[in-house]
Amino acid sequence: MAEQHTFPQGRIDEDAALPTVADLYGELDEDRTTEVMTVNIGPHHPATHGVLRLVVDLEGEVVRDLKPVIGYVHTGIEKSCEDKSYWKVIPFVERMDYVSYFFQMEAYCGAVERLIGLEIPPRAKYLRTIMLELNRIHSHLVWLGTTALDLGAISMLWYCFRERDRILDLFEMATGQRMHTRYFQVGGVIEDIPLGWEEKCRSFVHDMPIRVGQYEALLDRNEVFLQRTKGVGIVSRERLLELGVTGPLLRAAGEPWDLRKAFDYLAYPEMDFKIPVGTVGDNYDRYRVRVAEMVESTKIIGQALDALPGGPFIADDRKYVLPPRSELSTSMESLIHHFKLVTEGFRVDPGEIYYAIEGPRGELGCFVLADGSSKPARVHFRDPSFVNLQSFKDMAMDSYVADMICSLGMLDPILGGVDR
Amino acid sequence: MPDGPGLELLRGEIDADLAGVVLDTSYAKERAVLIVDPARVRDVLSWLRDTPGQGYRFLSSLHVADYLPAEPRFGVHYEMLNRERVERLRVKAMLPAEGPEIDSVTDLFPTANFQEREAFDFFGIIFRGHPELTRILLPEDYVGWPQRRDFPIGGEPVTFTYSEERYG
Repeated sequence: MAEQHTFPQGRIDEDAALPTVADLYGELDEDRTTEVMTVNIGPHHPATHGVLRLVVDLEGEVVRDLKPVIGYVHTGIEKSCEDKSYWKVIPFVERMDYVSYFFQMEAYCGAVERLIGLEIPPRAKYLRTIMLELNRIHSHLVWLGTTALDLGAISMLWYCFRERDRILDLFEMATGQRMHTRYFQVGGVIEDIPLGWEEKCRSFVHDMPIRVGQYEALLDRNEVFLQRTKGVGIVSRERLLELGVTGPLLRAAGEPWDLRKAFDYLAYPEMDFKIPVGTVGDNYDRYRVRVAEMVESTKIIGQALDALPGGPFIADDRKYVLPPRSELSTSMESLIHHFKLVTEGFRVDPGEIYYAIEGPRGELGCFVLADGSSKPARVHFRDPSFVNLQSFKDMAMDSYVADMICSLGMLDPILGGVDR
Repeated sequence: MPDGPGLELLRGEIDADLAGVVLDTSYAKERAVLIVDPARVRDVLSWLRDTPGQGYRFLSSLHVADYLPAEPRFGVHYEMLNRERVERLRVKAMLPAEGPEIDSVTDLFPTANFQEREAFDFFGIIFRGHPELTRILLPEDYVGWPQRRDFPIGGEPVTFTYSEERYG
């Protein structure tokens, strides 16, 4: 009986060439008889992963031209930030890319810290690193679940969201919120992790690679999934670099570029981890790279928990950081600082900074311009989804509509981040 | 990042090839900035990209900041990245308040396409030679440049049927 449930070896001919568009429709020429039809997909469409509209020129079932139309969830966050004091901006920027909120917070808080020259304590660096990597796994799980759902693997969604829920439980326990936690502050983090959190996190770190193995067992030997992803949506490494694409998409094309390794920020220089890269740059490589990244992230979390230093979790500069609550009833100084920080906020000397970190989708940069007041004069996010979306046309040109949907899933745009 | 002296050396090298194009340099908070002549920004960027030994081939970000009330008022920022040496360099071109126009770099760096459209959308800066300079995030029929500092926050009336009926 057992043999019936094992996967028959050698059934998938992974090297077999799929029929190309030219095989089926012939080369594109002037006197073709097929009619080109312009079709509108979205903005409200389950396969566009958000409020994205695609205007597609179709010749039969083949995409001949494509234009993404964006802006449907533009909420003017960057403008709203200009009317908020520095510490009140944090919850705003979290809501741009709503699946990687810790990254937005780190980009913004890190930029402001560098503007005012505030060094954060080692424990805060480690706590931030742990939270960022948990968030990276969370983001990749949402991506894997929804993209596999697009390709017909519905069960993947439930498995991925099961693990995602454990991460959200960890966030809730440490920060009080499951999403949009407002955990990072200028100067550190708002609270230390509670008792018992470390054990819970360790058990997650122990389980996660096993779960990833299960996902791979479900997808890597799945004939439908392999046929749908292998050799589809290939864009060369040079073209991706021209288009400014970063993150897993670039690494899947064989370019080992990761800001965590390249630049020195938070606790990453002390961590031992690898950068997974692909070879071909097709949708299958994009899937492999992200799945491998999840395992690397668990390694980083494990190391950071082992090496978690003691000491304060937020800097002790009362000009920028709220004093501990217990001091307010005994110290006049603390009361004054608290009052000033809560009412007016802190002032930042004129200057401007661009600070970039490696988000789950690529280079997430934050530009902050300070004019000397307690409100930023400009907050701009270089959102990786926004820039990466430009490569979508290259991915989907001259492929089938179904492959376009697959490429869009593998591109993983978050429209909240695209539109801001 | 090039450090302070490195930035001056770089300026010297650019001056040798493109005289007078660098107007100023600044080095603050470990970030190097070249302030260049907006009319020749394409020359500088292609020099930085193509000159052997420079290799700032990756444009990470293009964004605009409004320095109201300073004149020239708008700053177009090009965040250049040298991935071999892991160095960032900001090239900044300042544009006047009246009729801000600059050459598009879309053909040099295709990644600038969306970002220039975004800058046009929010600041009304004209990028000459851009293949499709239209609004990208705001509706096509929108009037005004909302990210400018003199555009009021809350300047957009939000009409609900309830408040319309009640307050006229």
